[in-house]
Amino acid sequence: MIPERERVELVHLPIREDTDLTVIRHQVRSLARLAGFGLVQQTKLVTAASELARNTLLHGGGGEAEIRVLDGPDGPGLRVVFTDSGPGIPDVERALQDGFSTANGLGMGLGGSKRLVQEFRIENPPEGGARVTIASWSASFPARYGV
Amino acid sequence: MIDGPPDSGLSSTEALSAFLRRRTEQIAQRWADLPLFQAVFTVTRDEAVEACQAVLSCLVEVAESGRLEDLEAPGFLPARRQLVAMTASRSRSGLSIAQVDREFGVLRDAVLDMLAADSSGAAPEESARLRLLLVTLFGTLRVVVVETMLQENQEIVQRQRQQLLEMATPVVKLWDRLVAVPLIGMLDSARSQVVMENLLEAIVEHNADIAILDITGVPTVDSLVAQHLMKTVASARLMGAECVISGIRPAIAQTMVQLGLDLGHVTTRATLADALEWALERRRRRERDSRIPE
Repeated sequence: MIPERERVELVHLPIREDTDLTVIRHQVRSLARLAGFGLVQQTKLVTAASELARNTLLHGGGGEAEIRVLDGPDGPGLRVVFTDSGPGIPDVERALQDGFSTANGLGMGLGGSKRLVQEFRIENPPEGGARVTIASWSASFPARYGV
Repeated sequence: MIDGPPDSGLSSTEALSAFLRRRTEQIAQRWADLPLFQAVFTVTRDEAVEACQAVLSCLVEVAESGRLEDLEAPGFLPARRQLVAMTASRSRSGLSIAQVDREFGVLRDAVLDMLAADSSGAAPEESARLRLLLVTLFGTLRVVVVETMLQENQEIVQRQRQQLLEMATPVVKLWDRLVAVPLIGMLDSARSQVVMENLLEAIVEHNADIAILDITGVPTVDSLVAQHLMKTVASARLMGAECVISGIRPAIAQTMVQLGLDLGHVTTRATLADALEWALERRRRRERDSRIPE
C-alpha cells in the first residue's frame, strides 16, 4: 500500500435515504476536483462512491461515509470509507463477482467499483456490519485497466 | 396564571395588556425606527407604524388571554400573516434565521425601557413581575417567528422538490414521429419513473417510432442509472419505438466500460446531433426500402 500522510480534511456524511447519495456524490466530486483529479478520474471515483453508498443504503440499512483527503508521495488522493451496521458481506468473493446481486440489481456494483479505483478493501469488522474502503490518487495512472 | 398583588386590583397579565395598550402608539413609533421595520417597509414610515401597531395589538390579545407561553394562542394567529411577510422580506435580503431572530429580539428592549419609565413609582416587586411577563411574551414571539420561518422553508423545499420532478423531464418532439428526452441531473428511482412515464406517454401522443434519450446532463451513470435507462429503452421498444441514447461523454464512457456496464444492443451516440442524424438516416433508408418492391 502506498504510505501517505493524512491531512486534516475529513468529511463525515450520513447515508439514510436516497437524497444522501446525492450529497455524497457532490462532496466526492468537489473534493476530487480540489485534489487535482482529472475528469475521468473524478467520474470513476464518484461512480464507485455512488455504487457503494447505495449498497450501504440497500444492504446495510444505512450507515455513513467518511471522505478523507490524502497526501500521497505522488500527489493528493481521496479515500472513502463506507460503514453500515447491516448483516455484513458473508461471502466477499462471491459478492465481487459480476452479475451477483441480492437486490435485483445488475450485480455490477461491488466488482465494478473495484475496477474503478486503485485501492479497494472489504471488511466485516468484529462489531458487525460491513466496511468498504476505496481510494484513488490524482497523479497515478489507473492501476487496473482490465474490463 | 400569576395573580397580581392584592392591592393592585388587576392581575399581572391584565396589567401587562393594559400597559401595552396604553403605550401602543409610542412603542409603534419607536419600533418603526428599528432596522427590522425600516428594512421591510421602505416606502413610507406610516406603513411601518401600521405594521408595528398590528403586531402590538396581537401581543395585547395574547396578554389578555393570559397564554403568554402558548405558541398556539389565538392572539398570535393574525400576527403570523404579518410575520410571514416580514420574515420573507428579510430572508430575501439574505439574512439567516438567527439574524432575523436577533432583529426581533431588539423589539423587546424598546418596550422594556418604556416599562421601566412607566413603573418608576410602582412597587418594585410589581414592576419586576411585569418585566418578567414581558420578557416571557417576547420570548414566545421570537419562537413564533422562528417557527414561521422554518415552516416557510419547509414549504419552499416541498415546492422545489415537486418542481424538480416535473421540470427535469420534458419530452420534446424533434421531428415527425421523433421525440427526445434531455435528461438532467441524477436519475434516482423516483425521477426515472417519471421520465419513463412521460416518455411512454409522448410516444403514444406523437405516434413516435424513434425516441432519443440524451444523457448529457446526467453527471454520473452508475449501475442503477444504467438499469433504469435499459428498462426505459425496453418499455419503449415494446411500444414499437426504438431508442437511441446520446450524450455519452468520454469520462462516462470509460467509467461505464470499467464498471462493466453494457448497454447491449441499444444504439448509442456521442451527441444529440449524431443521434438525430442517425434517426433521420434510418428513416430515409426505411422509406427507400419500402419503395423498391413497387
